[in-house]
Amino acid sequence: MIRLHGIERVFHLGGEEVHALRSVTLEIGRGEYVSIMGPSGSGKSTLLNVVGLLDRPSAGRYELDDRDVTDLTDDEQARIRRERIGFVFQFFHLVPRLTAEQNIELPMVLAGIDPAARRARRARLLAEYGLETRARHRPDELSGGQCQRVAIARAMSMRPALILADEPTGNLDRQTGQEVIAVLERVHRDGGTLMLVTHDPEVGARARRRVRMVDGAVVSDERP
Amino acid sequence: MRLADLLEFAWRVLRGYPARTLLILVAMGIGVAAVVAVSSIGEGARLYVISQFGSLGTHLVIVLPGRSETAGAMPGVLMGRTPRDLTIEDALALKRSPAIRRIAPLIVGAGDLRVGARVREGPVLGSTAEFVAIRHMEVAQGEFLPEGDPRHSQPVCVIGATVARELFPGRSALGEWVRIGDRRFRVLGVLAAQGESLGFNTDELVIVPLAAAQALFNTDALFRILVEAKSRDQIAAAKDDAEEIIRERHEGKRDVTVITQDAVLATFDRILRALTLAVGGLAAISLAVAGILIMNVMLISVTQRRGEIGLLKALGATGAQIGLAFITEAVLLGLGGAGLGLLVGKLGQLAIGHAYPSVPFTPPWWAVLAAPLTAIATAVLFAVAPARRAARLDPVRALSRR
Repeated sequence: MIRLHGIERVFHLGGEEVHALRSVTLEIGRGEYVSIMGPSGSGKSTLLNVVGLLDRPSAGRYELDDRDVTDLTDDEQARIRRERIGFVFQFFHLVPRLTAEQNIELPMVLAGIDPAARRARRARLLAEYGLETRARHRPDELSGGQCQRVAIARAMSMRPALILADEPTGNLDRQTGQEVIAVLERVHRDGGTLMLVTHDPEVGARARRRVRMVDGAVVSDERP
Repeated sequence: MRLADLLEFAWRVLRGYPARTLLILVAMGIGVAAVVAVSSIGEGARLYVISQFGSLGTHLVIVLPGRSETAGAMPGVLMGRTPRDLTIEDALALKRSPAIRRIAPLIVGAGDLRVGARVREGPVLGSTAEFVAIRHMEVAQGEFLPEGDPRHSQPVCVIGATVARELFPGRSALGEWVRIGDRRFRVLGVLAAQGESLGFNTDELVIVPLAAAQALFNTDALFRILVEAKSRDQIAAAKDDAEEIIRERHEGKRDVTVITQDAVLATFDRILRALTLAVGGLAAISLAVAGILIMNVMLISVTQRRGEIGLLKALGATGAQIGLAFITEAVLLGLGGAGLGLLVGKLGQLAIGHAYPSVPFTPPWWAVLAAPLTAIATAVLFAVAPARRAARLDPVRALSRR
């Protein structure tokens, strides 16, 4: 599903070149569950951003579903993000003025899906993630775990083939974190491809495939 | 993104930041209200002047002695001659013109009115029976001056409402005698109270037959001749005829000035319209100020909502969609401000109208149209820069901050 060939990402910070990614070559198949681990600044998040088409590599080639997406225009990339990719962030990134159900609906609104279909899908997602009673609450009235479940439901609302989670448990306590991981793993079991960035070894160890990064390079790629 | 969703999204943003929204609405509203209120004052003044002129009479052409043009080095003085006077014969000759319906020659002077021991000084007007019709006056009691040859007169007069009240308190003036100067006149009628019109109060007037006024003031010269054209289209013809007839009678000299009410009115109309536009334009500056406020507040908003913008991009929003969301927000603000402003402006206009009921304050149509359109256009124009900034925001950097 994902093919990365010699991906480089160089940032220019005050005249200095910082190599966030060094010649990363990685292939991830459909339906895989991959954890990306490594110390802070090792390029995990940058890798996830490149895979999520939020960031462009400085060099290398990226194929998604056998299509070269490296040089697509911004609008084409936005379209792919909308239809193929779901993001889950450490800080949830819910829109504070919108209720849980409105947040979940947001990707469908952006995609221009008609309201009747949106309502049906929204109701199913609320039920699926145990949020029915919280549907009309705003994020500041939700617990961290509920917020992250809303964020996951939102990521799933367009039924993406690829879920990218950047430290999804980083802002949660242990217990809630485990619940959230369980929810993500259920998504994976239903056939989704899951890429999970974490520096919690316990969380990372649950993935069937574990990629370790140091200084922007992949140093180990364990799979069963 | 569907239009309804776009509107709803922008609407929720506006509701999500009530203080910010209110601030912009007030700024926009003040601008629009100022334009509407100020221009309605200007328009009110214009309509007031038009109605005042209208009350002088319709299709009016006025003949004045003397030429108000400078030709050469004051020929009259050099040749020891002043311009020829206008006479009754000149006035009567004007009736030859087919464009002229009626004429009223005028002589004006001041005299002491006496009834018994009461004395009152006031303007005395000499004219003919047709005067009342040309000036659209009404006689409240009795009748106006009799028809007949204006060269001969009876000792009668018609008095204004105030004069009647003060000289004959508590009794009817009809049939009573009034002494003006060294002559006695019998009161034939009392004019209906009309109030002041362009600074001339007809209620304080005494009108006597033309020949009587000539004798009273010892002059043959007319003050002016009021001419009524047969219709609006005939005004120009009446003016030309009047000039031509007088020129023939004055040995080919153009020594009178003929003005039409329309020309005077058009001048006032132009001046007051320009004035209204100018003050309306000044008020519109406040709209530009409101626009700059919108730009600043929106730029702050883009900075505050970086995370949200980054998120929208991650969820698949294109730069164009995000820019459009900000523009929509501005359009809603512009619409709201314009509506608020129109309402406040209208209320302001009603309040001024209440304070000065005689002036027909009303906002001109162009102000009602231009003010809200300017408000919306300003809002959109000044939202372009913040919208572009939002659209171009790098999602990774926008999301990396909390």
